[in-house]
Amino acid sequence: MALLSVDDLSFAYRDRTVLSRISFSVDAGEVLGLVGPNGCGKTTLIKCVDGMLSPQEGKVVLGGRDLGGMHRREVARAMAYVPQSAGNQTASTVFETVLMGRRPYLNWTVSPGDEERVAAALDLLDLGGLAFRKVAELSGGERQRVMIARALVQETGVILLDEPTSNLDIRHQMAVMEVLHGLAEEKGLAVVIALHDLNLAATYCHRLLVLAEGSIYGYGAPEEVLTPEMLGSVYGIEAVVKQDLPAPYVVPVRPGRLKEGV
Amino acid sequence: MEESVILREGYARLKKTRTVFIGGLLALLVILVGVAVTLGSAGFTVGESYLAILAGLFPETFTAPEMADVIVWDYRLHRVLFAVVAGFGLAVAGSVMQGILRNPLASPFTLGISSAAATGASVAIVLGAGFVGGEYLIIANAFLFALLASVAIYGMARYRGVSSETMILAGIALMYLFSAVTSLLQYVGTAEELQAVVFWMFGSVGKSTWPKLGLVTLVIACTVPYLIYRAWDLNALAEGDEVAAGLGVPVERSMMVFMMVASLITAVIICFTGTIGFIGLVAPHITRMAIGGDYRTLIPASGLVGAVLLLAADSVGRSILAPQVLPVGIVTAFLGVPFFIYLFMHRRDA
Repeated sequence: MALLSVDDLSFAYRDRTVLSRISFSVDAGEVLGLVGPNGCGKTTLIKCVDGMLSPQEGKVVLGGRDLGGMHRREVARAMAYVPQSAGNQTASTVFETVLMGRRPYLNWTVSPGDEERVAAALDLLDLGGLAFRKVAELSGGERQRVMIARALVQETGVILLDEPTSNLDIRHQMAVMEVLHGLAEEKGLAVVIALHDLNLAATYCHRLLVLAEGSIYGYGAPEEVLTPEMLGSVYGIEAVVKQDLPAPYVVPVRPGRLKEGV
Repeated sequence: MEESVILREGYARLKKTRTVFIGGLLALLVILVGVAVTLGSAGFTVGESYLAILAGLFPETFTAPEMADVIVWDYRLHRVLFAVVAGFGLAVAGSVMQGILRNPLASPFTLGISSAAATGASVAIVLGAGFVGGEYLIIANAFLFALLASVAIYGMARYRGVSSETMILAGIALMYLFSAVTSLLQYVGTAEELQAVVFWMFGSVGKSTWPKLGLVTLVIACTVPYLIYRAWDLNALAEGDEVAAGLGVPVERSMMVFMMVASLITAVIICFTGTIGFIGLVAPHITRMAIGGDYRTLIPASGLVGAVLLLAADSVGRSILAPQVLPVGIVTAFLGVPFFIYLFMHRRDA
């Protein structure tokens, strides 16, 4: 069963349409990549799905329930959101930042169970040694893992992430994606990730949804979606897509050089 | 599993540090109150001061030295306690504003609320105009203008979309506007009026009385427990609007409620004291450096740090040029500015 489904969703800022008739669904154990050029509506879509923005049309169904009728705390128990900028300036330690993920369950005090969950998430993301460092002192990759750990202790079926690998080097990009992919497959989570890097998306996502100017251009497995035609019409670039690797690999080519033979 | 035990022990240590910090501040405050009560032309020892305080509370059990009970109870104790309560409230308001606006410079002072109160007082002093007459004119004007400023910030933020940036920009704009109005009033006022405005703006706890102390204490007693109760929402908001929303916090409504509560605390204090800067800015920073940012402990601990700072500053102001009394607002600025500079020179994450 789909943990998350989006049904015919449209959104406009005043009179400017940003998203038009978007439908997709994510099953347990699936990683869905949202790709598309800058300004295509990826972040807006994620915010609509999380309920931060209210779409004018269509609906989001979370675990069989219409998001519109759910209390924010209920949503926070079913879906976690890792926003794009991890610009954390607070004096909180890693442990406490992750503990905040328990907020949808906490009354005021922290139970031993809450502490156990935080410890387990820190362990899983290899953050144990940093637990009592301040988040503001960490590197970009470490901070990103802290944000993911916080989403994990929310114990939701669905996790939304907006550009979790931006500002990371290739090793940390892969480390973060490995964790997310592993969580989806081992814990049966539905993971939705907005990504810029098409090759990273192809490597780690089960399916890709290509947004172009607020509409769905393509939706399917990476090898179906990542084609030279798509790259031409959505991104306006010339590219070769290598299919003989474990995942399709996009090699952009300078304008006009393709015909001369690669 | 062993890892988990180590981590939980680490967190337990952090909690213990916080308890010790708060306990230590409480003890320091009690001592400081006794010392502050001894300051003045009629000299008592600290022991005699405590005896006089206790004699007032339990007349059956304790007897105060001659005259000490009158001087302590009628002249000194309410002033000292007013400094404690005002410092507590300003620091709590500052910690809340810094959290929801996610800006280390946010405080009642930098958001235009103090400037608005000063304008209200100036209007009363120079024009004699206000909402209520009589002896409460200046106080009521300062209070209402301070609330007006926060409502204006609310309105602008509401119109533009509530976010920390819009609130800070609206606050800064208001601060300049109100400062200009106050300057204009000073310009048109007579020499005596000008002097009265300037004295009001210095900030002082010298005008305290038991009823004023009671009112401020009541407001703080009603609001601070609510803020502590909602500490997790403040924690989440301090991480960012989107993070807070993702954790189930109703962001806009909460920001507005917190802003209004912080403004109310500020307004009820500064209408009696005048402008006391830097306590609201500095006390939360000191506390965060010492025990971290969890609002469950940050609120009470910041309040205690603010209380200690303001009482210490007032005591310095009362004794350094004795029998002249230096207004506490000047002393806090002298203490606050070096700290402020230290802060932006040394903040690693700035």
